[in-house]
Amino acid sequence: MSRPVSTCLLRAAAARSIALAILASVAASAAFGDGPRRDPAAMPAEPAAYRQECGACHVAYPARLLPASSWERLMRRLPQHFGTDASLDEPTRRALEDWLVAGAAGGRRAREAPPQDRITRARWFVHEHDEVPAAAWKRAAVRGPSHCNACHTQADRGDFDEQRVRIPR
Amino acid sequence: MKPSSRTPLTRRAAAAAGLALIAAGAHAAHPADLLATFAARAGAAPQPARGQQLFTARHGREWSCASCHGAAPTQAGRHASTGKPIAALAPAANAERFTDPAKVEKWFRRNCNDVVGRECTDGEKADVLAWLAGLRP
Repeated sequence: MSRPVSTCLLRAAAARSIALAILASVAASAAFGDGPRRDPAAMPAEPAAYRQECGACHVAYPARLLPASSWERLMRRLPQHFGTDASLDEPTRRALEDWLVAGAAGGRRAREAPPQDRITRARWFVHEHDEVPAAAWKRAAVRGPSHCNACHTQADRGDFDEQRVRIPR
Repeated sequence: MKPSSRTPLTRRAAAAAGLALIAAGAHAAHPADLLATFAARAGAAPQPARGQQLFTARHGREWSCASCHGAAPTQAGRHASTGKPIAALAPAANAERFTDPAKVEKWFRRNCNDVVGRECTDGEKADVLAWLAGLRP
């Protein structure tokens, strides 16, 4: 069972999105701004191993959600990956690291690695989710903030558009 | 679709064989082959009951194999930490399981490290696989 996020949440989010968009365009036009957005078409195609290996255990998180420094650390510590052994053979590990680093966060998000290199601890992540009630994270169908696809119905395609958010009851 | 009568039989057979190879994948093996390999390396006959015990019990750590694969691995499991669904592990319920030796070794290595705190022996792998291979949905 799911329901759309409340109109109130949506309205607040929409207002925030517009404000952010204005801020972003102002910042982008300034020399010290976020810099140019990456062109997704220019990114190398996702290696099949990304979904097979990383995606076997969790959402195949889009590379743009972490800065390059975080991806480098995570990919070099796979035998101790958040409490589990996620080790890979070296050629696969290297190929995935290169691809993740090539597509890593740009602009502001690139300058600040989140605590423990956890996407869910990033400042922007916490800010984007500050309207989600604490109880919602604990529901059996959500099980915490790392399960993007519990609410972001198109997360597996890298689509986190707020319009497609459905928070399970 | 009716096959063309002009196609030489040998050509059709060759095409069919090629398709079968592609469908089977480059590393295709049968669970029985892998079981035989583990048992031969261990130098002992596999014991399914011991495999079940290894699979379902915890070994001084947080997780057992069953924590993610379920105690009845003819059904889908769920990752104990991330909640991601895991397809059934028993070959009778999932024909893809234990057909790629490299994949089997990779997951035994990772998961035994998580569950037992070390890599599993060939004997332990044989026991677990013997139990899994005997399960019926």
